[in-house]
Amino acid sequence: MSSRKIRVLVAKPGLDGHDRGVKVVARGLRDAGMEVIYTGLHQTPQQVAETALQEDVDVVGLSILSGAHMTLAPRIKELLCENGMEDVLLLVGGIIPEGDREKLLSAGHADQVFTPGDPLDKITAYIFNQFQESTSS
Amino acid sequence: MQQLVEDLMSGSRRAAARLISLVENDAPLKRELLKEIFPHTGKAYVIGVTGAPGSGKSSLVDCLLQQMRADDLKIGVIGVDPTSPFSGGAILGDRIRMQEHALDRDIFIRSMGTRGSLGGLARATREAIQVLDAFGKDVVLIETVGVGQSEVDIVRTADSTMVVLTPAGGDSVQTIKAGIMEIADIFVINKADLPGAERTATEINMMLDMKESDQWRPPVLSAVSVRSEGIGAVWDCLKDHRRFMEESGRLMEIRRERVRRELTEQVEYLVKNRIWDQVKEQIELESLLEKIVLRREDPYSAAYELLEQINFYSEG
Ligand SMILES: Nc1nc2c(ncn2[C@@H]2O[C@H](COP(=O)(O)OP(=O)(O)OP(=O)(O)O)[C@@H](O)[C@H]2O)c(=O)[nH]1
Ligand SMILES: [Mg+2]
Repeated sequence: MSSRKIRVLVAKPGLDGHDRGVKVVARGLRDAGMEVIYTGLHQTPQQVAETALQEDVDVVGLSILSGAHMTLAPRIKELLCENGMEDVLLLVGGIIPEGDREKLLSAGHADQVFTPGDPLDKITAYIFNQFQESTSS
Repeated sequence: MQQLVEDLMSGSRRAAARLISLVENDAPLKRELLKEIFPHTGKAYVIGVTGAPGSGKSSLVDCLLQQMRADDLKIGVIGVDPTSPFSGGAILGDRIRMQEHALDRDIFIRSMGTRGSLGGLARATREAIQVLDAFGKDVVLIETVGVGQSEVDIVRTADSTMVVLTPAGGDSVQTIKAGIMEIADIFVINKADLPGAERTATEINMMLDMKESDQWRPPVLSAVSVRSEGIGAVWDCLKDHRRFMEESGRLMEIRRERVRRELTEQVEYLVKNRIWDQVKEQIELESLLEKIVLRREDPYSAAYELLEQINFYSEG
């Protein structure tokens, strides 16, 4: 009897010190039945990737409000791949201009981008959608 | 799977992480897998850290990691947090306090949700310990949920158990659940920067005085984890306790007891599975249930008849 749960690492890389939003997201994911690992503020890309590895997560959600998403997201994606975790879903949340969003998505530096206006349901629905097959059994 | 176990033995952190997920998710391969790694286990010393929510368990573990690394030990940490019984989800936050060790190659930290288990550990904590043990960790630290009451699982799992308390501001420690006195090998009064630590220590010592004397009297220590104060003494006491466990033969004793329990559980598991397989094969369970619901049959006779029908009694 298999009992898989979606595991999500919610991380705040970089320098900004606002974690209200990210905590709301963490609680929302928990209430949707996921296991959420929260690592606190100021995580380096290395810390994020290594934590994702040790915790064997299915999803990494980055909250980036500092404006450094164009460097942080690609770097973390790269480190995840080095760890053999290219299949991990990488989500970026923050104030991301439309142009940057497209660049991140088209370069494969993020699987999806969310902005502060997006309702929580949209994030959970997106994640569930991606894992439908593997969790339905 | 063979490959994963081989990778584990050659030090792959990814393999360790994947294997823990497999045992945690009750993968079909789980038993096969545990069988495979079993010969490589039995070397790690297991330390349990329990205490009320917010008492500073994670902060203390963080400090202890520093001490242990100075002794050149390889360490696994398992932080358990409660799974919501409503959503099945969980927020696993113990490692927030330990992130400075995230990049240390000799420390492996894993967070687990209880997933329905009520004794203070996660359902698969013991299996996860086996993986980390086979992975070559010298010490595995377990941080329990910290419900403070029903922490029975940790004593059955850990070789040394540390109970973390905080200064009982105003209240007497008498209000501390009696169970805590029985499970502690070491008491740590954390947040000793807050008023009342001294008195709390005195009260615990008085309660210990009332207990039947034992070969090991749990020491009562003070610490301020946020300032890394008093941690050296905590680590020294843990080492003392380990030495006591080893030299007194107590360690062998509890490990033997553990093996007995595990073997019993395995036998029961196999018997149960076998019986239910046969029942499902031979008996229309749903219609029987229906009869009981309608009060045409009682569950006590039904159970008996059910076993009779699969020849459970005649075979024995
Ligand atoms: N004043 C003071 N605060 C402390 C000390 N140690 C920890 N804290 C604080 O206590 C709070 C809880 O610390 P944790 O280490 O997360 O406690 P915990 O027992 O692991 O908590 P749970 O895992 O949620 O049960 C944090 O805000 C810490 O900063 C201490 O020695 N003194
Ligand atoms: Mg904790």
